[in-house]
Parts: sequence; C-alpha cells; structure tokens
Amino acid sequence: MAVADFAPGAVAEPQDEPHATGLRDDAFRERMAMLGLCSPALLLVLVVLVSPVAWLFWLSFLANDGSLSLEHYERMIASKSYARIFWTTFQVSTLTTMLCILIGYPLAYFLSQLPPRAAAICLITVLLPFWTSLLVRTYAWLVLLQRKGLLNNWAIELGLWDEPVKLVHNMTGTLIGMTHIMLPFLVLPVYGAMKSIDRDYLKAASNLGASPVSAFWQVFFPLSLPGLFAGALIVFVLCLGFFVTPVVLGGGKVIMVSMRITDNIELFFNWGAASALGVVLLALTMGTLYAASRLLRLDRILGEGNG
Amino acid sequence: MAVTETVPRSEALPITIRRVTKTYGQVFALDHVDLDVKSGEFLTLLGPSGSGKTTLLMALAGFTRPDHGSVSFGDTEVVRMPPHKRDVGMVFQNYALFPHMTVAANVAFPLKLRKVAKAEARERAERALETVQLGGYGERQIDQLSGGQRQRVALARAIVFEPRILLMDEPLSALDKKLREHMQIELRHLHEQLGMTTVYVTHDQREALTMSDRIAVINHGRLMQLDEPRRLYDRPANRFVADFIGEGTFLPVELSNGSAAYAGTPLKLAEAVNETAAQELLLRPERLSVLAGAAEPEVNVFAGKVKELVFQGESFLMYAALADGAEVAVRGATNRDVMERIPAVGADVHLGLHRDDTVLVAAGED
Repeated sequence: MAVADFAPGAVAEPQDEPHATGLRDDAFRERMAMLGLCSPALLLVLVVLVSPVAWLFWLSFLANDGSLSLEHYERMIASKSYARIFWTTFQVSTLTTMLCILIGYPLAYFLSQLPPRAAAICLITVLLPFWTSLLVRTYAWLVLLQRKGLLNNWAIELGLWDEPVKLVHNMTGTLIGMTHIMLPFLVLPVYGAMKSIDRDYLKAASNLGASPVSAFWQVFFPLSLPGLFAGALIVFVLCLGFFVTPVVLGGGKVIMVSMRITDNIELFFNWGAASALGVVLLALTMGTLYAASRLLRLDRILGEGNG
Repeated sequence: MAVTETVPRSEALPITIRRVTKTYGQVFALDHVDLDVKSGEFLTLLGPSGSGKTTLLMALAGFTRPDHGSVSFGDTEVVRMPPHKRDVGMVFQNYALFPHMTVAANVAFPLKLRKVAKAEARERAERALETVQLGGYGERQIDQLSGGQRQRVALARAIVFEPRILLMDEPLSALDKKLREHMQIELRHLHEQLGMTTVYVTHDQREALTMSDRIAVINHGRLMQLDEPRRLYDRPANRFVADFIGEGTFLPVELSNGSAAYAGTPLKLAEAVNETAAQELLLRPERLSVLAGAAEPEVNVFAGKVKELVFQGESFLMYAALADGAEVAVRGATNRDVMERIPAVGADVHLGLHRDDTVLVAAGED
C-alpha cells in the first residue's frame, strides 16, 4: 500500500525497486565472505574431527587380509568376553556417576550458599586437581590405598580393622580414583545451575508455607536438576572411554573397553578390531546422549502433569 | 453471564508495628517505625528507592529480621516467627512463579503444603484463578504467559490459601503503563471483594493515590506522614511529602502573629499557621489559575510575567516569573476559554490561588 503511495501506477517496473539487483548481489557477496571467513575453522573440524572418525569407521569394516568384512563385529557378538567388557564399562561408568552425584551435589550446594569470595576460593580448590597430572593423581591414590599404604596403616593403628583391606587393584580402587577425577565435571555445572536459581523462588516458597526442607525439595532441587543432568551426563560419557585410572587402580581386574582397544593395537596389531570397538563405543556414547536428551524432554512432560 | 465462583471473603487482621528498627552498618533502613494497619485496609508504603519501604514489607513477611521492635498480626506477636509460619500472602516484584510447575501447580502449591486434599486443592486453585480472571489457564506453563497474566497468577497463588493479610512488593512495576493502570483498578476491586488487610509497596505516587485507603510516606527509614490520599495531597505535613507527591513550587513566607505573608502581601490561608517551625508556601501547578479580571475575595493573587508556554495536549504548562524572580509552574486544561485567556510569552500575568489551596508546609525537611 505504502509503495503505491510513493509510485502510483507502475508497481513492477524496475525503477520502482531501485537498486534491487545490486542489493541482492551485496547480500550474496556478504554471505560468501562469511563462508570464506569460516572456512579455516571448517577445514580444521574436517581434518581433525571428521576424517579420523571416518577412517576409524572404514578400518572397522576391513578384515585382517584387507577385504571388506563384518568379522570384527561378529566376533564382538559371538565372544562372551566382549559382552563382559562392555558390561564392566557400563557398570564402572554408572557407579562413578552415582558416587559423583552423591558427593558432588552437596558440595555444589555448599559452594552455592557461600559468600562470593569464599565460594571463589573453594571453587579453586575444586579445580586444583585439574592442574596436576592425571597420572600423578592416580598414582597418588595407589600410594594411599595399597596394602601397606597410608590408609591401611592408619586404619590398623587406629584399630578400625586388623588385616590390610584390599582397596586397590580392584573395582573399589577404580571407583575411588575415577570419582575423584570426575568430581569437578559434575560440581561445575551443578554449581552453575544452583547459582542461577533466583533466591526469590525460595522466599516465595517459604512465604507460601514451605519449611526450609520442603522448600529445598520442592523448589530448589527440581530447579537444579538440569545442571545435575548435564553434569551426570558429562561424567558418564567421559567414564565410558576412560583409560589411565582403571589401568593403574584396577590392577587388570577391571577391564574397560578402552583397555581392550589398547590391547588390540599394542599386542595383536589388529587395527580393525580396535576400530570396531571404537565405533561401538562411539555408538554407545551417542545412544546415551540421545537417550538422555529424550529423558530430559520426558521429564519436562511429566513435570507438566504432576504438581 | 455465568456467575463465577471466587475465593471467599476472609476475615481480616490488623497489623501493629512498634519501634521496628533495622540498621545496615551505620545506616538506618528502618528508624523506630510505629505504624498501625487497620483491619481490612489497603495501606500503601510509598517512598523513593532506598527509603526503607521494602525493608518494612520484608519485615512483615519475615524475610528481614529487625534489630528490635514488635510486629503483631491481630493479637499474635510475629517478629520472631519464621516466614513459613506467618500465613500471609505475598506478591513479589518479579512474581517468583516456580518455572518448573504449571499455573495450576503454582497456585495449588500453598494448599499442598497445608495438606489440603488433592481434589479440593484443584478446585480451590481453579477458583482462585477465576478470581483473577484466568479460569482455564491451569495447564499452561509459566513461560507461556504474558507479564500481566503472570502478575495475576502470582496474585492467585497469594490469595488461594485465604490469608488474612496480603503483602505486595511493587507488583505492577514490570507492566506497561496501560496495563498497569488497568491492574490498579482491578487490584482495588479485588481488595474490596476479598477484604484482606493489604500492605502495598510502591514508589509510584500516582499508583499509591489511585489504590490506597491510606498512604504511609516513608523516607530515610522514618514515617513522614500517614494519611488518606486526598489529605496527603492537599495537606502535606512537610516539604518532603509535598515534593514527593505531586508537583510543586515552594515560596518563602514571613510569619507574624499567626498570619503569613509572601513578598509583603498577607496570604489568605486554609489553616492556621503553625509557628513552631519555618514554613514555606506550596504552589501546585494545577491549583493556580490564570486570572482574567479582578480576583474573587477568597483568592490570593500573584503577579508575574510569562516566561514559557508549553502545549501538552490535554493540558498546558506555563512557567511564570514572579516579581522577586521565583519561577512557578502553572498547569491547566486546554479548553477554549482558558486558552483564550492565557497571555503571550513576555506579557504580564496574574495567577490566582484559592484560600483552600493555600497551604504552608514545614520547610527544609527532606
């Protein structure tokens, strides 16, 4: 309408749409320039991320003689040992995640309630382990937990138990070490979620008649759940592919997928088998992420229903 | 028209506040405040930001612990009672609706905590939503609501458990002007309908005047004046109140023998002069009129020159310089006979102020 006011009569004529072609060209050129600026990053992603995975995928379908085959996958289904390894991996990851939640959630809550300065100092201590070598931390646990380690010596001296307890080279040791290493990955997102909860929600709950305990469970906890899910997911996924700590603290008794991959390459020089394991691990991780995203959406739907 | 069921009228409680004091470091947020809120009254705490009005409201809700003082709801002393036991409804400035719950779950939340049976809670929540004209919105998520709707849900949640006292902390400040004015009237009607004692906090003087039975003006943690809106506006107790509520110019006056004079001319006053404190003459722009001919006997006349004239649609604003150089503002409706009477910029003008509008206020208090 407004256009007609400017130029009564001829609507479609080019002179009524001044610079239309030129402006369209400018827009196109700008998009191309953006793409050009992005291309180094795109190339990097392609070279560093996409191509290795594609290569891995390709190798897993090659038999030892170089022909295309499914033998690596068939062996995984046929052999019981593979099932056990996947089960162990799943078990270790789940237990570690649960331990991290049990320890990390209260810790994050404590941090979120501190005054800013104290919270910053405490957060640094949570992050401190990140700055020391993973291997050093793992061996430190070995020193603490072994038969004649600090913990056993003290416990016996204090009379807590008589015989040295086997705390390492087994599932217990693996879980202790992994929980310690994974904890910051859970604490940070949970802390972030808790800090973003408006204090007025708790005031409102309290005003409406909620005791501090029920205000926590009915308002604070549900609002912190997205952070908890995010943290738990990061920990779980990282655990699935974890290597160093289970090797050192598991003492060969806790065999995870990553360790079998190493064996396949270093002992058997079987790149195909290792790749197939890698592909299955990747698929499992993706499956977990997908399931988690579905679960979160489900949670939202359930949240609408109940009160 | 279907008759909608609403939340039943509650039996209101009076609030008694005695010597309530709260300091932050050296600063008094509340300085020995005494205040009585009558049963069923709509009382507004009005003051500039940092005046202590919100602190006082938070002390009523139980979120601020005073240094000393007494707060009673009816006969019950509540100053040491935790917030969740006080049983007062409250509407927060940002509404504080729980984002993880539906509208219905939000409104039923206080009932759930009070162990009301599920079916009854659902029914009462729906009734509260109908009271605020949001019937049928129960299944919505909070993030699907507009600002005005959130405001109503917050209100429904605050009244659903039939508290006898309702507190509101600037509940309309986030709404746009039109909706705000609409909600002011609606809240007022709701108050008349529900009858609960209501304490309302705002910094908006027009909102306070529109809604309140009485207004408590607060500044620097002290009660400056407690009065009905009309009286507060017409007879402010001191310069702070006169300045904070409405517009005004203050002129120095000479006091002698129970009368006051401005620039040598004795003033016809609404009330006798209180000679215990220095006084100033309050000139409200809309109470001054542009005189055409001789003034009536009950009118004080101020002579001056027009300095500036602004047309603002429904009203005009004139700045005039009086003989001693003081600049006063005059506001008036833009109907034809008034507009014809207004002199041009630079011309002489005579301004009239009726005796009833000629008010002195204690000087310097702010």
